[in-house]
Amino acid sequence: MTNQVLPFAGIVMVLFAFALDSDGILQRVAPGLVWLALLFSSIIIVQRSFAVEAADDALDALKVAGLSPAAVFLGKAVALMAQLLVFEVVLIVLALILYQVNISWAGFVLLVTLSIFATAGLAAMGALYGGLSTAGKGRETLLPLLLLPAVAPVLIGATRATEAAFGSAGTPLHEGWPWVGLLGVFGVLFLFGGTLAFGALTDD
Amino acid sequence: MSEPGLGSVVRMGASAQDTSPTAGARDFAVQLRNAVVLLGAFPALAGASLCVERGEIVLLKGANGAGKTTLLRLCAGLVPLSRGEAFVLGYDLTTERQNIRPHVGLLGHSNGLYLELSAAENLQFWGSVVGASKDEIASAATRMGLGPRLLSIPVAQMSAGQRRRTALAILVVRRASLWLLDEPHAGLDAVGRDEIDAILREASKAGATIIVASHELERAGLLASRTIEVIGGAVVEIGSPS
Amino acid sequence: MNIFSLNSKSPTGTRTTRALGVVAILGMTLLGVLGIFLTGEDVVQGSTVRMMYMHVPTAWVAYLAFIVTAVASGAYMWGKQHSLTFDRVAGASAEVGVIFMAMSLVTGSLWGRLTWGTYWQWDPRLTTTVFLLVTYIGYLAVRGLGGTPQQRAKRSGVMALLAVLEIPLVHFSVVLWRSLHQKASVLRPNGDVTMDGLMLFTLMFGLVVFTITFAWMVLHRQRVLTLIDAFNASGIDAAVSERRKEGQVS
Repeated sequence: MTNQVLPFAGIVMVLFAFALDSDGILQRVAPGLVWLALLFSSIIIVQRSFAVEAADDALDALKVAGLSPAAVFLGKAVALMAQLLVFEVVLIVLALILYQVNISWAGFVLLVTLSIFATAGLAAMGALYGGLSTAGKGRETLLPLLLLPAVAPVLIGATRATEAAFGSAGTPLHEGWPWVGLLGVFGVLFLFGGTLAFGALTDD
Repeated sequence: MSEPGLGSVVRMGASAQDTSPTAGARDFAVQLRNAVVLLGAFPALAGASLCVERGEIVLLKGANGAGKTTLLRLCAGLVPLSRGEAFVLGYDLTTERQNIRPHVGLLGHSNGLYLELSAAENLQFWGSVVGASKDEIASAATRMGLGPRLLSIPVAQMSAGQRRRTALAILVVRRASLWLLDEPHAGLDAVGRDEIDAILREASKAGATIIVASHELERAGLLASRTIEVIGGAVVEIGSPS
Repeated sequence: MNIFSLNSKSPTGTRTTRALGVVAILGMTLLGVLGIFLTGEDVVQGSTVRMMYMHVPTAWVAYLAFIVTAVASGAYMWGKQHSLTFDRVAGASAEVGVIFMAMSLVTGSLWGRLTWGTYWQWDPRLTTTVFLLVTYIGYLAVRGLGGTPQQRAKRSGVMALLAVLEIPLVHFSVVLWRSLHQKASVLRPNGDVTMDGLMLFTLMFGLVVFTITFAWMVLHRQRVLTLIDAFNASGIDAAVSERRKEGQVS
């Protein structure tokens, strides 16, 4: 995965730079670009994550094995979270380099916190809707339709908070923390909801 | 009706006996009455009726598309029953479908393996789900002819027959009460086929009920005490193999 | 015979829906007269405030529709009989809700253009409203996944309950975060109202009329869905006997 999806994310970031290269715009929109790139990559990451199960019908085997759907969901969500966090690190480093962003230590703390909360929400929804869109034939196109609206609030919150962390367009640092609160709420809600809903959505 | 996803406690690893059947103990391992299973709008099973007693080995025969696979998946609790009645190991499939799953072992068309993991890792994972010990896993691997070299390469690099053996080893380790096998002999050489037959006979002696769907009528005929033919989604003929 | 059951003379019409329909049409006419001609202009916004009589009720009905969807889904899943009627009410309500939400966004956009000079603002409330719209479009897509009615009902039931988590967030976003949107000017937290008598009456009247219209639409649509399910079910009997015939021709 890393040798295909990471380059994709990297190219997306570079292409953003080509498209938006005029007069400091890049610096201002850098936070949004990072999370956009992550969001697009997450669709691929989720699909590949569930392809691991779909390849040999292991999802069915997991059901027959009697594993609780909540356990399967949490396992997938944690795995997705790990993969997505790695991606975020790369994307943020790329943004710092390509988009000439500067960040203070306090901003760094904000960034780490918001990333963890945002990724939790993203991973939870990815695990839930990824399971739904794998559990049958011809459903792959459902994933973007379901996932993107569900996590768009995460995108908003993460972007606003990252703006504060980067100091883009003069956003003060303290404005980021309420958004982190929102991200935390979403993360908890999504993980909780996903744990309860995964079984009903993926069972036939 | 208890919905599994909502309100259930998170369990890591299955404990086999978490609920007992609500309909009193029945002698039959599998009992279907006019079972209809819909795949979308298509009735894969169109009113199938059959009884399988505990400890029997039964051969399911029928053309492709007749409904054998769906029948097996129904007994494994993977597909919902649209009409009719079905009881598996005493559990009512309309209400307790999720509860029978720990008690059955299904070998479907695909093997249910993680292709990027090695056979050993697959065995370890699926074995740990049912709480099998390392020795049990090791002996199952040996019986299915999976030597150290085969065990260590990724499943994706194994041949179809080798993957089948891995899946069968996992099934052995599961020690289910009801074995459901969809073409278990396919892709195996003569040695592998003999080994499976021996395993199935042992399992049957130990009290497991076995339903085998197969085109290998001769071989399976030697194994089974009864033959059931499935045509057009319904059970047509029940007789002895020869 | 309850309001959900069918009348054989007219497939989806009954006395109840005819009564509701008449009331809705009369009410809408009266609302139009009130809103356009009889109520006064706003001190600040002038005549553009009349958009409010359409925008606010459609938004209200859209939220109501989604709550109905969630409640009906819950009734399906936790009710003893798992009656599919609740599932069909949920589906009908979501369909109507999506329409009203779109109408609300369009009227709001036009109103914003007239009042603030811009068709759109990315403040939290408007933004989450759009997300809600797309979420329910996704809900309708999940309903269309196929399978038996019970499978559809279970899947979309869970989806509805997930989606309804967003609605409180829409409401609280106006209170918690700074926004260009009208702060809850009709009902402040302590219950004061800040509009003059006739305008307020027209607004409330609009809420009632639109709710009646919503109920009328959902009843009809729910019955259509029932007919569709019944049709499919009868198709299954035919399919089952077709399938069994495979066994007899050999």
